[in-house]
Amino acid sequence: MAFFLARRLLYLVPVLIAVSLLTFSISSLLPGDLAMTILADQATPENLAALRADMGLDQPIWKRYFIWLGHMLQGDFGRSFRTGQTVLQALVERLPVSIELMLLAQLGALSIGVPLAIICAVRSGGPFDRFMTGTAFAMLSVPTFLSAILLIYLFAVELRWLPATGYVPFAEDPLGNLRFMVLPAMTLALAEWPGIMRILRSDMIATLQEDYISLAKAKGLKPARILFVHALKPSSLTLVTITGINIGRLIGGALIVETIFALPGIGRLLVGAILTRDLVILQGVVLLVAAGFVIVNFIVDMLYAVLDPRIRHGHA
Amino acid sequence: MTEPALLSVENVSVNLPTPRGNLRAVDQVDLSVGAGRTLGIVGESGCGKTMLSRAILQLLPKKAMLSGRVMFDGEDLVRLDRERLRKLRGRSLAVVFQDPMTSLNPVLTIGTQLIETLQEHLELDGVAAKMRSIELLAAVGIPAPEQRLMQYPHQLSGGMRQRVAIAIALSCEPKLLIADEPTTALDVTIQAQILDLLAREQRRRHMAMIIITHDLGVVAGRTDEVAVMYAGRVVERAPTPDLFKRMRMPYTEALLAAIPKIDAKPHTPLPAISGRPPDPTRPLKGCSFSPRCKYAWAQCQIEKPPLADADSPGHQYACFRPLNTEAGASA
Amino acid sequence: MATLELDLAEEAVSAPAKGRRLGMLFWAATGWIIFVFSVAIFATMLPIPDPNAMDMLEKRAPFSAAHWLGTDGLGRDEFSRLIYGARISLVVGLCAPMIGLTIGGALGLLSGYFRGRAGSFVVGAMDVLLAFPPLILVLAVIAFVGQSILNLTLILGVLGIPAFMRVARATTLTLSRREFVIAAEALGASHARILLRELLPNVILPLFAFFLLGVAVTIVVEGSLSFLGLGVPPPVSSWGSMIGEGRESLDVAPRLAFMPATAMFLTVLSFNLVGDTLRALTDPRQGAL
Repeated sequence: MAFFLARRLLYLVPVLIAVSLLTFSISSLLPGDLAMTILADQATPENLAALRADMGLDQPIWKRYFIWLGHMLQGDFGRSFRTGQTVLQALVERLPVSIELMLLAQLGALSIGVPLAIICAVRSGGPFDRFMTGTAFAMLSVPTFLSAILLIYLFAVELRWLPATGYVPFAEDPLGNLRFMVLPAMTLALAEWPGIMRILRSDMIATLQEDYISLAKAKGLKPARILFVHALKPSSLTLVTITGINIGRLIGGALIVETIFALPGIGRLLVGAILTRDLVILQGVVLLVAAGFVIVNFIVDMLYAVLDPRIRHGHA
Repeated sequence: MTEPALLSVENVSVNLPTPRGNLRAVDQVDLSVGAGRTLGIVGESGCGKTMLSRAILQLLPKKAMLSGRVMFDGEDLVRLDRERLRKLRGRSLAVVFQDPMTSLNPVLTIGTQLIETLQEHLELDGVAAKMRSIELLAAVGIPAPEQRLMQYPHQLSGGMRQRVAIAIALSCEPKLLIADEPTTALDVTIQAQILDLLAREQRRRHMAMIIITHDLGVVAGRTDEVAVMYAGRVVERAPTPDLFKRMRMPYTEALLAAIPKIDAKPHTPLPAISGRPPDPTRPLKGCSFSPRCKYAWAQCQIEKPPLADADSPGHQYACFRPLNTEAGASA
Repeated sequence: MATLELDLAEEAVSAPAKGRRLGMLFWAATGWIIFVFSVAIFATMLPIPDPNAMDMLEKRAPFSAAHWLGTDGLGRDEFSRLIYGARISLVVGLCAPMIGLTIGGALGLLSGYFRGRAGSFVVGAMDVLLAFPPLILVLAVIAFVGQSILNLTLILGVLGIPAFMRVARATTLTLSRREFVIAAEALGASHARILLRELLPNVILPLFAFFLLGVAVTIVVEGSLSFLGLGVPPPVSSWGSMIGEGRESLDVAPRLAFMPATAMFLTVLSFNLVGDTLRALTDPRQGAL
C-alpha cells in the first residue's frame, strides 16, 4: 500500500508541473497583450512600456515562467486588476458553492443511476431494462444547458415551485439555500445518471453470472444480501471509476449550470473573468482548478486501493 | 435400501433454448441417494452432469426449462416456493463448486463469507458464529484459523480456498452435499487431500454426498454407487464395486481406459476416446455413443437403447451390445 | 463446460435481436443526419428569408405562411435561423473532430505500432492534456485568442486529439498481434507498407465510428459555449445561441428555446446512435473483423 501510494505520488509531480506549464503558456504564448488589455483605452506607448516593465512582461519567457511559478508556490496567485481581490480570496469565497453543487449533483445522479442499474441488471433483457437502457442512451444526447432550460421552464416558469436563479449561503438560510440548489443540482444529475447507470448495469450483469453469486444463492442467503453485499460491493469499484472519470465533465457542467442559475461559484467567477477579460483571475483559477482536478483524480485512485483488497495487497 | 431415499431425481430433463435450436442438456434422468450414502456421477465435459447438479440445486439459468421432480427429504424442490427453498439451501442442501478461484467472493473476507451462512440459518450471535467458524476452518485443516477469518480469498492458495469452500458447505451440518468437480481446478498433489477430507467429513457427519467428476478414478474407492452420464442421459448405473467388476457399457470401459495407469510401461500411449460427444442440439436417433463406439452395429444407429436392469442387483445400463455378455461383443 | 456453452449461447441470442432493433433507429438517424446536411448545404438556395433580417413589427410572431416557425425576439425568421444554425453546428462539429481524427489517429497508429520510448512520451503528453477539465481549457484559450468560428474549431479539434489517439493506439495494439500483421512482417514488408496497407484500413473503421461520437460531443460543446455567449460571435445564428436567446422569453414564447433545442437533441442523438452502432460493429476486440 505504501509503495503504491508513493508511486502514485511520484507520478503526480510531473503532471502538476506540466499543468502549470500549459496554464502559463496559454496566457503567455497565445496572441493577446496583457498590458494592452489592462490599460485598454488609456494605452499610450509610454504607459504600456511602463506597465510591462512593472509586471515583468519585458523579461524572457522562461524567466517569467520561473518567477510566476515561484509566486504560485508561495501561495501568491495574483490579484485582480479589476476588483482588487486576490485570486485566493475569490476562490475561497466561491469554492463552497461549487463543491456543494457538485456533491448534491453526484448524490442525485447516484440515487437515480444506482437503483435503476440494479433493477435493470436483475431483470436484464426484460421490458423495463430495455426501456431504461433506451432512455439512458437518449439522455446522453441531452446537453446540460438543454435540461437546465427544460427544468427552469417546468419548475420555475410553469409550476412556480422553485426559483430559477439566485443564491443564499447555507449558513444564513439552510432551507433557502437548498431551494436555490435543487434545480442546478438536478440539471447536473440528469446529465450524469445515464453514464452511471449504463456502466454499473453492464458491470452488475457480468457480476451476477459469477460463480460466487451462484454460491451465495446456494448458501440460502436473502436476495437483498446477495444483491447489495455480494453483487454490489465488487461493482462499487466501477462506481468509483465512473465518479473519477466524471469529475472533469462535472466541473465543466458546473460551470455552465452556475452561469445559467446565477450561482456565485467558481464557474461563474471564470466566465465573469473571461467576459471582463480579467486575465489574472482567469490564469489563477484555471491553474487551481486543473491542479485540484489532478489531485481529486489522485484521491479517486487511492479510493480504488481501499476498496479492492487485491490492489491493497499489491496483487495488481 | 428399503427406506425412502433422501434425494430422488425423477425423470428430470433440462432444455436450453439456443440460437441453433433446443439444447437438451439433461435427458430423463432418474437417480437417488439414501441418507449418509455417496453417489458418484461420472462423464465427459458437456455431458450434462453440471447442469444436473444445478437442476437439483434449482440454480439453472433463467432461460432453462426443467421438467420432472427433484424430491428432497419429502419435498419437491422444483415446485417449492422461493422462501422455503432458501431455508433449505445452505442448511440441508450444500454445494462445493469446481473452481475455488471464482466461487468465493473476492471482496469479502473469509470470515464474512462463513459467518453470514451461520447467522442466516442457525441464528447464532456474532461471537458464537465466529467461534464456530474457527472450529470449522480447523476441521477442514486450515492452519491458524483465527487469522484466516480476516483474510481475503486472494491471499490463500487454491487448495486452501477449496478447504474454505468446504467449510462453508459443512457449516450448517447439511444432510446432502453436492461436490461438483471439487478437485478439477486444483494441483494433482492437493486433489487426494481434498477428496480424503470430503470422505472423512462425510463419514463423521453422516451426510449424503454426490461427487461429480470426469475421472472414474476419483469415485473408485469413495462412493457407494456410480452413475455414468453421456449426452445428457444416465447410460450405466451400479453399486461401485459391481461397476468396476462387471461394467456393461462400452462408454464406461472407454472412460476407465482413459485413466493413466501407474503400472503402465513408459511411453504407452493413453487410449483416448476417439471422436467428440454429439452436438446436443441435434439429437441422434439411435444410441448417442454409437458414432464413437467400436462395438456398435446396425441396431445401435436406429434405436435408442433403454436403461435396463442387469443380472446383478442395482445395476442398470443402456446398451444393445453390453460387454462380457452373450449379446455383446466379448472384448 | 456446460456453463460456458450457455454464456456463448446467450450472447448469440441477444446480438441479432439487438441488431434488428437498432436497425430501424439506425436508418432513421442516418436519414435525419442527411436531411440536416442537405438543408445546411443548400441554405442559400432555399426560398427562405435572410436569417439576420429583423422585422421589429413582428417580434415573436406565431407560425404563419410568411414565417413558418414564427420569429424570434428581434423579429428574425426562426426557420431560416434554425437552418443557418445547423451550418455552424455542422461546420464546427465536423471540422474539429477531423483535426482530432487526423493528428490523433496518426499519433495513435504510430505509437501503437512502434512501441517504446517515443510511444510512451506521446501517451504521457496526452495524459497531461487530459489532466485539464476540458471545458475550462477551451474557455481559457478562447478568452485569450478571441471568439471566432475558426478559433473555436481549432481548440475543440486539439482537445479531441488525446481521445482519438487512445482509440487508434488501442486498436493498433490489438491488431498488431494478429496473424495478418505478423505474416506481413515475416514476409519482410516495410514499416510504411504494414502501417498503410495492413493497419490503417483496419484502424480507420473504429476511428470513423469514434469520429461520429466526437461530432456529437463537439456539437454539444459548441452549443454550450454559444449558449453562454462565449462561442460564435453574434449575430451569427447557432443553435446554442438561439437557445440562449430563447431562454429570456421562456415565459412568453418557450418555443423559441425549445425548437432549436429539439433540433440539437435530434442531431446529437442521431450522431450518437449511428456512431454507437458502428462502434459495436467495428470493434476488433470483439472479433468482428
